[in-house]
Amino acid sequence: MKIFVLVKEVPDTYGDRTLSLATGLAERGASDAVLDEITERALEVALVTAAANPGSEVVAVSMAPETATASVRRALAIGADSAVHIADEALRGADLGVTAKVLAAAIRRGAPDLVITGNLSTDGSGGVLPAMLAEHLGFAQVTALSAVQVSADAVTGTRATDFGAQEASAPLPAVISITEALPDARFPNFKGIMAAKKKPLEVLSLADLDVDIDPAVAPQAILTAVAEKPARAAGVKITDEGDAGTQLVEFLVQNRLV
Amino acid sequence: MSYPADAILVLVDVTPTGDAAPSTAALLGAAAQIGTPVALVAAPAGTAQAAVDAAGSAGAAVVLTADADATALTVPLVDALQAADALVRPDAILVSNSIAGRDAAGRFAARAERALLVDAIGVSRDDEGIVAHHSVYGGAYLTDSAATFGAPVITVRQGAIDARAEAQQAQVEELSVTASGAAAASVGAIEAVEATSSRPDLRGAARVVSGGRGLASKEKFVLVEQLADALGAAVGASRAAVDAGYIPQSHQVGQTGVSVSPQLYIALGISGAIQHRAGMQTAKTIVAINKDGEAPIFDVADFGIVGDLFTVVPQVIEALEARKK
Repeated sequence: MKIFVLVKEVPDTYGDRTLSLATGLAERGASDAVLDEITERALEVALVTAAANPGSEVVAVSMAPETATASVRRALAIGADSAVHIADEALRGADLGVTAKVLAAAIRRGAPDLVITGNLSTDGSGGVLPAMLAEHLGFAQVTALSAVQVSADAVTGTRATDFGAQEASAPLPAVISITEALPDARFPNFKGIMAAKKKPLEVLSLADLDVDIDPAVAPQAILTAVAEKPARAAGVKITDEGDAGTQLVEFLVQNRLV
Repeated sequence: MSYPADAILVLVDVTPTGDAAPSTAALLGAAAQIGTPVALVAAPAGTAQAAVDAAGSAGAAVVLTADADATALTVPLVDALQAADALVRPDAILVSNSIAGRDAAGRFAARAERALLVDAIGVSRDDEGIVAHHSVYGGAYLTDSAATFGAPVITVRQGAIDARAEAQQAQVEELSVTASGAAAASVGAIEAVEATSSRPDLRGAARVVSGGRGLASKEKFVLVEQLADALGAAVGASRAAVDAGYIPQSHQVGQTGVSVSPQLYIALGISGAIQHRAGMQTAKTIVAINKDGEAPIFDVADFGIVGDLFTVVPQVIEALEARKK
């Protein structure tokens, strides 16, 4: 079984993340870059699935600037068998439509049985890529899985919906997205880190993928304005001297909140 | 028939019982700000009359209904969207930024080759067309986005839009949909996780009371629920409270949990790590109660109380109960 896992480098949420006010693009140098935790969990699902289906191969796929090599290697160190890193200056600032097209093209050439993604990245938090990929690939998608089993020809699991959980299943090939209800990724050990250096890491350009991202071909999303939000004005801060609860209720009443 | 020249197509999220999801009023309110709302209710034939009625009450001028198989995931909604889009030729397509909405919006945008603008907290129209407004990186930045051309597909953050449209005597019309035959997952019935809870759902709630590690134990976390009930609020939690097992993960507010934009957010015993603030700082009014006067949550609080929540919160509940009498 050939399993593709989307892995994404994101600015570390443990620090302040910045957008360039000139371009609206993430300032990658301003904060530490890490592999998004949810994509590490997706990788864990892939590794567990591969272990249960002998003869499987796990490919980590990332569309990211050239500087993201370390993050892609981390996916190899955790256990992916190989990695595909799509790096091309022309993809700087790519919108979701372009991103989905490019990732689908890279995955398609590998003839996948299963594509695994996180449900939402911590930076863009769009949550739309799994469905977009599925449409491009012509696969069913099973999103927001909190439990998942993969057999030789189907994927089944429990998925979160906005109104409660439901059972879901799809024949392979399929695209699935997982939630953080699934286990955290294993930590790369020294052996994994050493082995990662020898694993295949293919770097692809747009030309390699033969994808047309000409903005005249299909509409794209563009940023038209970006501004830093003014810091919230500090409000009232009191120390409880026995009547703070009453004062709070007065505040809520005055502001028509109760 | 003809459709409004400035039509905004709205995909209504339909609940398992055939009602319009709580996001509907805000979606139609947003649509009315930029054009004439046309709602699409896609559900198994004859099961969603309540949603059709709700769409009219919430301001849809036209309600298109489509027979959509509920046992196939997403694809029937996308097929219906495609048919509605071809018929109405809207200036924009608004979809709730819910799990179902994101899937439908993503597949539709990929299929129809439309620009996709996600997680909008507002929409407007300028000389060149429709603009979506976003709050990104946990509310640290405000951005605007637009499509280079064509009608954009926009997912709208739940609970972020206050605008409401006037009720309409909606014209209801059955939409003819050609199935695409695209591969779809099979799904079973949706089992409500908290069928017994009378509390509002966290997503889209107007009021949220959240508890953190300061609650100290699962037993004492009940205090959060009691205050929530006194306010008619939904219950949220910080990651620390979830990790400590006080409450299930589905209640987690923040970067990796649910993002909320309520009118009122009360944080109890929550220090306010950046990941938590990311999910709640677009709340209109923030109240924080914490023993630690240095907690970062106070930086964003409109009303902060440095004190013991176990003495302050019961007093709040008592005062609220007294007001009701």
